[in-house]
Amino acid sequence: MSQEATDPSRRAWVGTACAFGAVGGAAVAAPFVASFAPSERAKAAGAAVEVDISALKPGQMTTVEWRGKPVWIVKRSPEQVAALPQLDARLADPQSKRNPSELTPEYARNVHRSIKPEVLVAVGICSHLGCSPTARLQAGPQPSLPDDWQGGFFCPCHGSTFDLAGRVFRNVPAPDNLEVPPHMYLSETKLLIGEDKKA
Amino acid sequence: MAEFKELPAGSPVTAQVTNWFENRFPTAFAEYKKHLSEYYAPKNFNFWYFFGSLALLVLVIQIVTGIFLVMHYKPDAALAFASVEYIMRDVPGGWLIRYMHSTGASAFFIVVYLHMFRGLIYGSYRKPRELVWIFGVAIFLCLMAEAFMGYLLPWGQMSYWGAQVIINLFAAIPFVGGDLALLIRGDYVVGDATLNRFFALHVIAVPLVLIGLVVAHLLALHDVGSNNPDGVEIKAKKDASGKPLDGIPFHPYYTVHDILGVSVFLIIFSAIVFFAPEMGGYFLEFNNFIPADPLKTPAHIAPVWYFTPYYSLLRATTSVLMPFLWVGLVLIGLSLVRPSRLPAMVKTTYWGLMALLFFLFGVPAIVLGWMGIDPGMKVLAGFDAKFWGVVMMGAGVLILFFLPWLDHSPVKSIRYRPSWHKYVYGGFVVTFLVLGWLGVESVSPAKTLLAQIGTIYYFGFFLLMPWWSRLGEFKPVPERVVFQPH
Repeated sequence: MSQEATDPSRRAWVGTACAFGAVGGAAVAAPFVASFAPSERAKAAGAAVEVDISALKPGQMTTVEWRGKPVWIVKRSPEQVAALPQLDARLADPQSKRNPSELTPEYARNVHRSIKPEVLVAVGICSHLGCSPTARLQAGPQPSLPDDWQGGFFCPCHGSTFDLAGRVFRNVPAPDNLEVPPHMYLSETKLLIGEDKKA
Repeated sequence: MAEFKELPAGSPVTAQVTNWFENRFPTAFAEYKKHLSEYYAPKNFNFWYFFGSLALLVLVIQIVTGIFLVMHYKPDAALAFASVEYIMRDVPGGWLIRYMHSTGASAFFIVVYLHMFRGLIYGSYRKPRELVWIFGVAIFLCLMAEAFMGYLLPWGQMSYWGAQVIINLFAAIPFVGGDLALLIRGDYVVGDATLNRFFALHVIAVPLVLIGLVVAHLLALHDVGSNNPDGVEIKAKKDASGKPLDGIPFHPYYTVHDILGVSVFLIIFSAIVFFAPEMGGYFLEFNNFIPADPLKTPAHIAPVWYFTPYYSLLRATTSVLMPFLWVGLVLIGLSLVRPSRLPAMVKTTYWGLMALLFFLFGVPAIVLGWMGIDPGMKVLAGFDAKFWGVVMMGAGVLILFFLPWLDHSPVKSIRYRPSWHKYVYGGFVVTFLVLGWLGVESVSPAKTLLAQIGTIYYFGFFLLMPWWSRLGEFKPVPERVVFQPH
């Protein structure tokens, strides 16, 4: 290699050329990164779903699909609703105070986490790692659950448990209550899931 | 550049043809010598040295069978499951190609785990082979990515829910996690977009990186030379012509030797492909014969066996474990970092990090919780244990990168270490197997506790290595390798 001193002016040009090259590279990379985001079609598929719940009897539940996720509609009996506050001490977040803007719309920030006390609407996806918990609505001892089980939901993946209001118990892997999706009543027995009155 | 060589008239035709090519493509001849006919490998290689060449063989099997599967497979959420069944039932020989590919995935991990274990016990990652090891760990990471994305493609229930769970791991990262998971899926749940991109990454992107890393792994290995079961540098003793006294040319000696390994491997591999391709639900999980259903999670989700040790690290990290982890890190700091010769800045950073983790781990809230006090302040709760579970799982793999600098033993090979070191390694192997077993089981309090003990041993093994690897009475290392001709 040559022993000559470097020409600072040439170095400056080399540096400038590299800097512009890097900017160009980043600009070219942008559309590739952007292509990972949900497409317009995927976004459009998030439209609201209408459900008729007139046939749902107390103690029953039904599942509908919204944005590719299972949404549970559970009709609770008055006794089950009345029993909800008794569990508060064993729940991680009984008052739904954590991340309320994402998990619990204003009209569901109450003891029963719902608009009508007996009808729970919740996204059936565990707040731990996205499994769909199974309904264990019957009270009483059963496999994998505590003996004084009052009815609720059990996630088979990592053993998280939720009560009949989708509230998570303490000391289970799931950190948060089940999400209550935006929803509203179109009539006494017609639910619209995915939209509420604000929107 | 080599000189252009003319052979004397009347030379044999084969010599002339060889010479014609050598004059026009000398690189091919030079590289053949450098990597095969004149690559001197230690003559005392044992059983454990089969697995490097076997890993290469499995890579070739995966690439070849993969190319043929792509000819029939459809990466579309509506068609994928049926196209795999089409390969299994209607494509002539399709079932065999597919079973070779699915068995190959598990075989790859068996071979690579044994290959890594060899490196571990003979100190093959020690100076000057640190980069060989680091490239190797990078290959292992790529392999995990490759296996994970490949597992989504059959679009069965396990494919679907496994991907759902693992992608949601990224959502646990504070602040950016939700958006990151969305970018990976390309949809609000795992769907067609996810399947399509995983297909592209599985068949093109990751294999290219993988092959590049394998080349780097081998080139770096051939630059520094292979280690051996005695951990003796064969380059230290050379004959008059500069060849290592304890080295033999890779070709023909080890090529022929490895053919034995290949034969035994192929016998076992074929037996699995033909008689037990599902391997009792471990190589191909039963739930994956049910098409993906986004509305119904299978009763029991477990990753494929090769991920389960790391999955156990994830599940073991509950909020109960966090204060213990923090105390463990502080004890390591007091006993290893404080008296070490690390720069003062590193030490200060370590203690600053410990102070920060005290809060990020949520130690105050958890300890107050044990005392029955609810502080009621969200700031004391730190990040979710779920996030730390993800960190622990990642750290379980990434800690392997640092192995060359964690091991402070004066000798490389387990042969010349104090005998009790073998129990430490044995304990590590048992821990790894137990964590692997726990990872396929469903959770129970006793199993979680066992996984937590395993997690502490796993990390203790590595993080305390600078301390324990120096202890004990080391045996004298011979000048040359120990070898009985047979």
